Amino acid sequence: MKILVCITHVPDTTSKISFTDNAFNTSGVQFIIGPYDEYALSKAVDLKEQHGGTITVLNVGDAETEPTIRKALAIGADDAIRINAIPKDAGFVAAQIASVAKSESYDLILMGRESIDYNGGLVHGLVADLLSMPCITPIMKLDIDGTLAKMSREIEGGKESVECNLPFVAGCQEPIAEWKIPNMRGIMSARTKALKVVEPISVVDDVVYGSYSLPAPKGACKMIDAANPGELLTLLRNEAKVL
Amino acid sequence: MSVLIYVESNGSEIKKSSHDAVSYGVQVASKLGGTATVIAVGDIPQEQLIALGNFGATSVLNVTGGAFNQSNPSATAAAVIEAAKKVGAKVVVLPKSTLVDSIASKVASQLKAGVVTNVTELPETSSGFQVKRSIFTGKAFATVTINSDIKVITLAKNAYQGTETGGKATVEVLALSLTDSDTKVKTTNVEKMTGELLLTEAEIVVSGGRGFKGPENWGLLLDLAKALGAATGCSKPVSDMDWRPHHEHVGQTGVKVAPNLYIAIGISGAIQHLAGVNSSKCIVVINKDPEAPFFKAADYGIVGDLFEVLPKLTEAAKLLK
Ligand SMILES: Cc1cc2nc3c(=O)[nH]c(=O)nc-3n(C[C@H](O)[C@H](O)[C@H](O)COP(=O)(O)OP(=O)(O)OC[C@H]3O[C@@H](n4cnc5c(N)ncnc54)[C@H](O)[C@@H]3O)c2cc1C
Repeated sequence: MKILVCITHVPDTTSKISFTDNAFNTSGVQFIIGPYDEYALSKAVDLKEQHGGTITVLNVGDAETEPTIRKALAIGADDAIRINAIPKDAGFVAAQIASVAKSESYDLILMGRESIDYNGGLVHGLVADLLSMPCITPIMKLDIDGTLAKMSREIEGGKESVECNLPFVAGCQEPIAEWKIPNMRGIMSARTKALKVVEPISVVDDVVYGSYSLPAPKGACKMIDAANPGELLTLLRNEAKVL
Repeated sequence: MSVLIYVESNGSEIKKSSHDAVSYGVQVASKLGGTATVIAVGDIPQEQLIALGNFGATSVLNVTGGAFNQSNPSATAAAVIEAAKKVGAKVVVLPKSTLVDSIASKVASQLKAGVVTNVTELPETSSGFQVKRSIFTGKAFATVTINSDIKVITLAKNAYQGTETGGKATVEVLALSLTDSDTKVKTTNVEKMTGELLLTEAEIVVSGGRGFKGPENWGLLLDLAKALGAATGCSKPVSDMDWRPHHEHVGQTGVKVAPNLYIAIGISGAIQHLAGVNSSKCIVVINKDPEAPFFKAADYGIVGDLFEVLPKLTEAAKLLK
């Protein structure tokens, strides 16, 4: 089975979000593989263990994302592709991924259900459409038997079981697989695994990011005596007007 | 310029987020000097579609029959695309829902449209078309210009409030047949809670964390939720330990909610949990530890043992009318 896993390079979930000169302030920020993407990668590693095959990991990003790509190689991807471009928006990223994937006949393309920086949730669907493949997201379970995949997809207020033949694109979320901790051998071998750098194709700028802003700061928290919680309801009704 | 709005039903009625989307789309149409049309997919009672007029829609297209139902995003997208072509839509508006990403991406790709999700405000249309959207899981906003001829936007949850204007919409059935590509993904089983409020749609959410000590104590939370007419959520460890189902898990890696009122009980307020709730209008925290980080993100707080506070709070809530 030939699997492609697309990963994002994003600020760690505890990062403080701020902007300087209208650009995301990266000072003191640690970058990680997007948590949802790491579920996708972990699932790919499980699938490879069960069925054999290869895992290619792909990131659209500049050279700064290479440590993140190396981490994915340490976790278990066999080789990597970096498309050398700053990701401008979902449409741009999807066009880049599709242009690389179209000649590679992957059996399965996995990614996270959304990135945790822009939370677009679109790239898997756009890639699928560009490659004329179905897209299933967000999935929490994936088993493959021959060419048939059985999945569990989250829906509002529950989940459903769905089936689809390979190939397809899927957006992953927990608990699809346990995150893998890279071992020493993985870390060592990741250094020498192939990381191919591909130049981007040109894409029309349909969507252009302009300025950034932060939400208004929260006021102080009003404390209510634990002995009289009814007071809380009065405030919620008369002051906050949410009851 | 024509605007198309996609609406969803929760099985028994059209969702609030869809009503908000209709109002939003109607406003966009009036800004652009065009008309707004609604597309609904699946067997939704006629009177509910007519009642969309109450949110300003004058005309509703409905694609029904066979696989045209909301749990088939590919077929749903096909219906939206067909409707967009029929009315010559320049803007397609969709409400937030679990499957909306799949629909929006396919619609945008097929219509060669620029697409932006999690939009929080009406567009600025004086020069070009700019929207504000939520990024970094509610921790920041970006202003984005969409340059393509057709624009697809999905709204952030509870960011735009629908207004009731009164009125009735006319409903027209749009005939459409499925293509092979719309039946490649087959749903074989659905496990959906019934009779409970949808977490993502609820105006009030009561959420519990590890402070509850075990699933056997969840009755305390359910009682309060019932008294307040609230949906229930939980922190990640709670669903990881199977105290509660996964679809209740709120946060960065779970469901993002934006209710008018979020009540967090026995949840410490880790940054990943906050990421899923920071767009709530009002946050209440009940925690026995006065140093719990959640208090910093809260509007109201009670420092106390939940096992003592909750029964009293629930009693008081039952008296509310
Ligand atoms: C990549 C990543 C993603 C994550 N995503 C999420 C996510 O989406 N959602 C999420 O929730 N977490 C997420 N987490 C986990 C998160 O970091 C916290 O571990 C988790 O939110 C803690 O859950 P909790 O508040 O229920 O438990 P705890 O942190 O153990 O807090 C329990 C709280 O209950 C209080 N308490 C105990 N007993 C009582 C009592 N009798 N009365 C009142 N209060 C009491 C305690 O004072 C404490 O504050 C993520 C972590 C990582 C690393």
